[in-house]
Amino acid sequence: MQDTLAHLKRGEHAVITDVSSIHIPLKLLEMGCLPGNSVELVQVAPFADPMYLNINGSHLAIRKETASHILIEKVTHE
Amino acid sequence: MSKQINVALIGNPNTGKTSVFNALTGLNQKVGNYPGITVEKKEGICKLPRGVKAHIIDLPGTYSLNASSLDENVVIELLLNKNDKDFPDIAVVVSDVENLKRNLLLFTQIKDLEIPTLLVINMADRMRYKGISLDIEYLEEQLQTKIALISTRKNEGIDYLKSLITNFKDLSITPCLNASEIDTEYFDSLRKAFPNQLLYKLWLVITQDVNFGKTTRNEIEAVANFKTKSKADLKRLQQKETIKRYQFINNVLKKGQTIDVSQAKDLRTKLDRVLTHKVWGYLIFVIILLTIFQAIYDWSSVPMDFIDGIFASLSEWTKDMLPKGAFTNLLAEGIIPGLGGIVIFIPQIAFLFLFIAILEESGYMSRVVFLMDRIMRRFGLSGKSVVPLISGTACAIPAIMATRNIESWKERLITILVTPFTTCSARLPVYLIIIALVIPEGRVLGLSYQALTLMLLYLIGFGTAVFSAYLLNKILKIKSKTFFVVEMPNYKLPLFKNVVLTVIEKTKSFVFGAGKIILAISIVLWFLASYGPGDEFNDAENIVTIANSSENLTEEELQQKIASHKLEHSFIGITGRAIEPAIRPLGYDWKIGIAIVSSFAAREVFVGTLATIYSVGNDDEDTIKNRMAGEVNPILGGPLFTFASGISLLLFYAFAMQCMSTLAIVKKETNSWKWPTLQLVIMTAIAYITALIAFQFLK
Repeated sequence: MQDTLAHLKRGEHAVITDVSSIHIPLKLLEMGCLPGNSVELVQVAPFADPMYLNINGSHLAIRKETASHILIEKVTHE
Repeated sequence: MSKQINVALIGNPNTGKTSVFNALTGLNQKVGNYPGITVEKKEGICKLPRGVKAHIIDLPGTYSLNASSLDENVVIELLLNKNDKDFPDIAVVVSDVENLKRNLLLFTQIKDLEIPTLLVINMADRMRYKGISLDIEYLEEQLQTKIALISTRKNEGIDYLKSLITNFKDLSITPCLNASEIDTEYFDSLRKAFPNQLLYKLWLVITQDVNFGKTTRNEIEAVANFKTKSKADLKRLQQKETIKRYQFINNVLKKGQTIDVSQAKDLRTKLDRVLTHKVWGYLIFVIILLTIFQAIYDWSSVPMDFIDGIFASLSEWTKDMLPKGAFTNLLAEGIIPGLGGIVIFIPQIAFLFLFIAILEESGYMSRVVFLMDRIMRRFGLSGKSVVPLISGTACAIPAIMATRNIESWKERLITILVTPFTTCSARLPVYLIIIALVIPEGRVLGLSYQALTLMLLYLIGFGTAVFSAYLLNKILKIKSKTFFVVEMPNYKLPLFKNVVLTVIEKTKSFVFGAGKIILAISIVLWFLASYGPGDEFNDAENIVTIANSSENLTEEELQQKIASHKLEHSFIGITGRAIEPAIRPLGYDWKIGIAIVSSFAAREVFVGTLATIYSVGNDDEDTIKNRMAGEVNPILGGPLFTFASGISLLLFYAFAMQCMSTLAIVKKETNSWKWPTLQLVIMTAIAYITALIAFQFLK
């Protein structure tokens, strides 16, 4: 199974590969959560939820449930 | 009259749009409501060169023209309605230099509406810290606009912005990209069906859930040769549109913006490591909360006492100076104390708004929302409910207004419904006097019983709010979007001007909004307490004088007896006696009954009413306390205020919905009488039942 954003660990980087548009509010897409954009998990609240992300330079927090609808590919940082 | 230029300020939240508004208009601004809804409408006048004036509207912050909240609807409604008197001659899109990419999305959408548009890039002073440099000329050319690079913090670039607004006719109205390429076939058919309409406007009307375009939308659907698409298809297209716009923006910025990461100083990461930490984050939050409580209760007590004193002497002065009569009494006993009852809350409200403004301006509030979301969600609330629940300890009215940014209607409604359970400042006077009467003075573990009781009452308030949220979440069957997105803005030192203007404006809206209701109620109460039917009321002086003729009373004592007799037979006294059977099982007599009835207008009226009823002329708490301690239970004998009846009263005030202003604001915010009515009935029922149980068990 492919990784989703919910699997990302703190400090890890990834690239968004697909978003399930039925489950994702348009507002999130407009804030930069789109295929091809980079994403970093900045911080997590207890129980890893919500997640504080840096998507394409935008800093925002979303719930883990929403994050599980965003497919990613992890990037190993050099 | 010279022609005014209509200017609409549009931008993402957290771009400093309001700072730009403040810089342009200064104190020449007013805040109202859009007709029919409670979204705030901020407008102001800006003087431009050569005697031209600009009428500036600060539209609610929005990330795009696809609305997902009431606030955002306002933006689209205005921009699509050419007949609106506020329809802008020029759209000023405010962006922030650090989030240019995201901010430009909205900009490209506005450009598609073919309104003269100019781009403001704010916070230019931060460019050096972040190692950002911009090729303004290139950007202006690609984006088909003029750019004003400004810094509201340093007050730079404002004059240039003003000159651009003055020459708005020179601005291009050509869109900067062709978004219809995402589905040429579809948009071609749309263009053919409506040759006279703006394509992007049609597209917006089709895709929005907004009520603005009902007629326009029906028109679109009525045209036979045009096939609409399914909801899912439309959403997919919207997504394509967004991607398309970002592609354009990325290409433009690749050449127009360079970021030297080695120059960037990252304060955010360092602060966030502590402020959103699993342990330190919560600890710091608690410390900040305690500081705010301390400020609201301690620091504001000085100005509050001062205001109290002024209004008391104003009342006295009115009575002395004006000729005796009903009008003077209404003024001195009804209107002035009524006004005092509003004004006395100004210090607390101002302090509260001051702290909230600082927390919001600095960017800290988003971190609290982030920390609390998971915990609050268990109870059907959102992380964003924390803000109203904190503000509720000062006053439920601004707290309920603060629920607006909660996306999910269900979470927002639950927050509105449970907020009045938190111990607001109006409950304090009631708590303090009753605790002093019925709770013994001993200590346990160095803490006095009385202080512990007060703390317990606060916990009961919070506990009930959270518990009833949990129940409401199970009961209410409301389907609403449950997503949660919160932007984590950069940390900023709050701008003094912004904070002060926010405090002034919010305090004003509290005083005039809630004030009108409190004032009206206090006038009605005064009438009910000052007039009564029949001889018992109108002939009170003779009756009391005769009844007491054998005793040696001083003139003052006699006057007190007369006043008390009058009150007993006034309209409010009659009401009190009528409800006595209902409240006797709770351990109260008719006088407490009156105090309770009158405090349905506002809780803090309780002490004042009892003071009048017990014919104590002044507000001295000790005297009222002594009188209250001396009251005898008419049936059981013994003191009226016992441990049992005292606890029963405390619980009643903890739960009962006794605040007209809160009900009024709930009606306004939910746009229906259903919710405030339910709140009134259910909360009062809980209050009655717990008070009943408490008294029957303890007596």
